[in-house]
Amino acid sequence: MIFEQILFFVAAAGAIGGAVGVVVLRNPFFSVLALVGHLLALAVLFLLLRAEFVAAAQVVVYAGAVMVLYVFVVAYIGGIEEPIGPSAGPLRVLGPLFAGVLLVEIAIATIGSGLRAVSSTGPAVADDFGSPEAIGALLLQKFLIAFEAASFLLLIAAVAAVVLAQRRRGLEEAGGETPLQIGRRPPTGPQAEDPAAAGSGGPAGRAIDERTPTVAQGS
Amino acid sequence: MGIAWFVVLSAFIFCIGAAGVLTRRNPLVILLCLELMLNAGNLALLSFARAYGNGDGQVFALIVMVVAACEVVIGLGLIVAMYRNKLAIDADEMSGLRG
Repeated sequence: MIFEQILFFVAAAGAIGGAVGVVVLRNPFFSVLALVGHLLALAVLFLLLRAEFVAAAQVVVYAGAVMVLYVFVVAYIGGIEEPIGPSAGPLRVLGPLFAGVLLVEIAIATIGSGLRAVSSTGPAVADDFGSPEAIGALLLQKFLIAFEAASFLLLIAAVAAVVLAQRRRGLEEAGGETPLQIGRRPPTGPQAEDPAAAGSGGPAGRAIDERTPTVAQGS
Repeated sequence: MGIAWFVVLSAFIFCIGAAGVLTRRNPLVILLCLELMLNAGNLALLSFARAYGNGDGQVFALIVMVVAACEVVIGLGLIVAMYRNKLAIDADEMSGLRG
């Protein structure tokens, strides 16, 4: 019991320290690293709450995959040292004030709540509470619709990421097509205005769609 | 360990994340602070699941993680698109949607 309390306070200190580090540190790279520490401390807290599968998913998916994505993007963009502090606008003052007011409000709501279960240590649960078997049975039986909706959401996000990443290349291809269109337009322009020039300048190398207007004009 | 400790801790983390979203200007750090807020919500969900001895809250937390992963993918894609179009990586400069 005393070991559990020590573990809780160490993990809570780590979680709050990591969260403050994310907000306060100037370099985004260090913010990402602070968030990794925060997520690992949160995984310890999840284990204390008997959520073993969620804790494992937190470490593998969040601290592993998602944070690697963040590190890649930070390395791609480059760590921009951002000035922090009351630089401009009333939001710099109002932001922390709003957060403090929110904290007071949530504290009142939690401490003043009449939920008897919150002030206890929770009921005794079975040994397989939070195990992969229990979560899997819940996901595939009781929450099948939510499970399928989540997979569909992931598919949509993956497609959207591909589209977002390819947008620039699409623009470049459009920019590469524009000179071709400009180079092809002037022969058709004089042809449409001057049939004599079109008749004299109608070599075999012309495209079909350019020859068609002259035929139409000749008839 | 009382459940109330976990709930109060999640309230602290949520407010730290909210302060970060409101004060930081780098969109990347704003996304990180959004992660903080989502994780605080996850912690509250898991603590309530423990308080009632019910596994439903844990499934809810997993779904929240899926939504957070989708949000990260889209947000980082937008940031990379901003960088490639040579726009300022600054939430105060990016005040218009038309582009």
